[in-house]
Amino acid sequence: MADTHAHEEQDAQAPEHAHPGAREYLAIATILTVITAVEVAAFYIPAMKSVLVPVLLTLSALKFSLVAMFYMHLKFDHRLFSWLFVTPMIVAALVIVALLKLFGHW
Amino acid sequence: MSVAVAVHAHAPGAHRTSTGLNSRKMLFWAFLGSECMFFGSLIATYLVYRGRDQVGPHPHEILNIPFTSVSAFVLLMSSLTMVLALAAVQRGDRRGSGIWLAATALLGMTFVGGQFYEFTHFVHEGLTLQTNLFGSTFYVLTGFHGTHVTVGVIWLWSLFAMAVRGKLPQSRALDVEIAGLYWHFVDVVWIAIFTLVYLIQ
Amino acid sequence: MASTIATAAAVHAVPRSESGLWSWITTVDHKRIGALYGVTAFILFLVGGIEALVIRLQLAQPGNHFISPDVYNQMFTMHGTTMVFLAVMPLSASFFNFLVPLMIGARDVAFPRLNAFSYWVFLFGAIFLHVSFLHGGAPNVGWFGYANLTAKGFSPGSGVDFWAIGLQILGIASLAAAFNFIVTIINMRAPGMGFMRMPPFVWMTLVTSFLIILAFPVITVALVFLLFDRFTGTNFFVPAAGADPLLWQHLFWLFGHPEVYILILPAMGIISEVLPAFSRKPLFGYPVVVYSGIFIGFMGWGVWSHHMFAVGLGPLADSFFALTTMLIAIPTGVKIFNWLATIWGGKLRFTTAMHFALGFIALFTMGGLSGFMHASPPADLQQTDTYFVVAHIHYVLFGGALMGIFAGIYYWFPKMTGRLMNERLGKLHFWLMVTAMNVTFFPMHFVGLLGMPRRVYTYAPHMGFDWMNLTSTVGAFGIAVGLLVFMWNWWTSRRHGEPAGNDPWGGASLEWALPSPPPPWNFATIPVVRSIDPLWHRESRAAALAANEPSGPIHMPPSSHWPIVSALGATLLMSGMIFGWAIGIPGLVVTLAGIYAWAFEPCT
Repeated sequence: MADTHAHEEQDAQAPEHAHPGAREYLAIATILTVITAVEVAAFYIPAMKSVLVPVLLTLSALKFSLVAMFYMHLKFDHRLFSWLFVTPMIVAALVIVALLKLFGHW
Repeated sequence: MSVAVAVHAHAPGAHRTSTGLNSRKMLFWAFLGSECMFFGSLIATYLVYRGRDQVGPHPHEILNIPFTSVSAFVLLMSSLTMVLALAAVQRGDRRGSGIWLAATALLGMTFVGGQFYEFTHFVHEGLTLQTNLFGSTFYVLTGFHGTHVTVGVIWLWSLFAMAVRGKLPQSRALDVEIAGLYWHFVDVVWIAIFTLVYLIQ
Repeated sequence: MASTIATAAAVHAVPRSESGLWSWITTVDHKRIGALYGVTAFILFLVGGIEALVIRLQLAQPGNHFISPDVYNQMFTMHGTTMVFLAVMPLSASFFNFLVPLMIGARDVAFPRLNAFSYWVFLFGAIFLHVSFLHGGAPNVGWFGYANLTAKGFSPGSGVDFWAIGLQILGIASLAAAFNFIVTIINMRAPGMGFMRMPPFVWMTLVTSFLIILAFPVITVALVFLLFDRFTGTNFFVPAAGADPLLWQHLFWLFGHPEVYILILPAMGIISEVLPAFSRKPLFGYPVVVYSGIFIGFMGWGVWSHHMFAVGLGPLADSFFALTTMLIAIPTGVKIFNWLATIWGGKLRFTTAMHFALGFIALFTMGGLSGFMHASPPADLQQTDTYFVVAHIHYVLFGGALMGIFAGIYYWFPKMTGRLMNERLGKLHFWLMVTAMNVTFFPMHFVGLLGMPRRVYTYAPHMGFDWMNLTSTVGAFGIAVGLLVFMWNWWTSRRHGEPAGNDPWGGASLEWALPSPPPPWNFATIPVVRSIDPLWHRESRAAALAANEPSGPIHMPPSSHWPIVSALGATLLMSGMIFGWAIGIPGLVVTLAGIYAWAFEPCT
């Protein structure tokens, strides 16, 4: 375990080389804007009513992941950081779902 | 003494660590994990209490989707300016650092201003903290988010002050990166709130 | 080499004053902070113990008038709150602080000033909570403060405010410490110490820290709702507005169940160090013990509603939470069997620490068995809110957590002070305590099954449990006598105990390679770890002992007074909610000043 760490150190100490540049950041921002526009549009389209909730949840999860992966660099950084963040997020999501169930929301 | 201390004093976070990862950054990720549970509990409460109000105003009568969409967009764009600020600091671009940090802080202030306007407007419409469960859960959830944004804005202006005085060299990029992690986290929380509170009514 | 020592000492001497009050106030040394935690928490443990004695005196006979019902309510609330948040948790924190850097081969924790901050916030939070006694009465709503008894209408005094704000302050301390230990353990291990070479105590510290950072935000949110309800008139727990007070119970136990593992896992870690040392055998099934600990921590998130079977959650929820609760018995049982297998065939030495470790296994197993009984909802319906539950929690927390902590104190006291504790007095302490503990709590099982409710200040005569209550009261004073023996032993051994040497027990982990007490920098050279029990293998032992030979300049973090300033500011700021702006605004200013000064203070 320790020997692998020695190698990882090199990458971790110089993360700026691994991070994407302004062009990628702009592309992500464009995608985020488009998704937001789609979300708001879906909200106003009566035909979407029956599938609105799953569609919105999927789209916001997508936005969430894009920001976390690219702007927060989880895609490029050490996996440990992802673990530290994603595990609590899963616990939080399960807690929300469990509480909704316990309070009879479906 | 002076030699050893002096050598180390100018290299914060440069200690060897077992994983090779920076300790402050690791602490901050753990903190964000903890924050997930904080906002998770707030969101869970909002959702659990949805539709249990005895009196209005109800969410669909009062939430202004176009207005909040713009706010959400503003906050999303502040995430863009934030990563550009980090890139500028990492390049050693002092001017760019200042500009993008200030832009991020200003966008954040716009968001907080929008929230202030929204809150006062809602109070005029008859929704206060005490009116009903929607009022209590909505104001506390979005209020805590707004407080987080405000703390971020103060943090960003502090970094801006350091940047314009030339005290934010490349070697301190980590300070900006951590502030950025906080800022993006506040942004993703808003992504969740915008969907769960505003769009799914 | 002489010159390197001189350099080391010189590097060291300037930034740190070695003795006197100021050096303790500004210390960032994890060993000193561990000592501060230990002494403070032990004093608070005595306070909680005195509250317990008052409760037992009141219950010694039926229809007693030793204290009023209201004072009784304050006593059991403060007893529970104190023992959980001010005694057992910080006693564990004391071990985390003292031991983790030593065990992983580090010179300090990852964030020494944050560590000092945690302690000071804890101390001020504890003081704040106790100010309530002088300011209109202590909290009196039980340690889990169920809504809507805590509503302003039902609890108009400021006791509940002190309780809620006090827990928020203590939460800051726990969170800051937990972040610190997570990073310390992941990032400060000596070369060669992979995750699966960490001592089991370090593993349990890591799991506990993760539980803290995930569980405390939930109670923070619940307390925020409570404070909003009480201070601004929101509706979070107001049934008339459509709210469901059960939400409090869910949020509280979402925190509360991980919290009981936060209390017990460190003790399990201590046991996993003590048993191998006195069996002269490596811990049996080390990976399984570690994975069981992680699994217990994870499962701790899926069982909270078993505290709420009596509210009627419906058959589906009842079955789910009954099943998950029973599932937890598996990893717990695995650990107990591993400990037994560790002892099996070992060359046993029955020191005091070993006595307490074995006592832990016996008593905790009994507590586990009564716990398993509540896992069944129909049985739980009969037991909820009776003394049966009180018996259960005291077997797992007194028989479990505290026995583990005492095992740890006897085991590491020589490392902390350089002197051995008196074994004869230690064994007297053990036998007094174990006997008295069973005399106190065993009858409570039957008192509970006979129907005596907990948290009621008295009971009618001739219900069949008069003599059992009297027995419990006698037992409680027996525990107090045992503690007096311990305190006498501690006090005299500190000064006059036999010199311990580096390694009085023949321990396996790195701390035993160091002098007792260890020098401020712990390791003159950061050791290289070559095996799971470094001191028990010839080559790795040599590598570990080499840590005492200086090989270069030693760099230590300078002491700082900003942690205590920030902690004081934060406490004043939050107490402003009760004492008004005159306290709150200065608190805010001090907090901000403290944080800014801290951020820009040269620290490394």
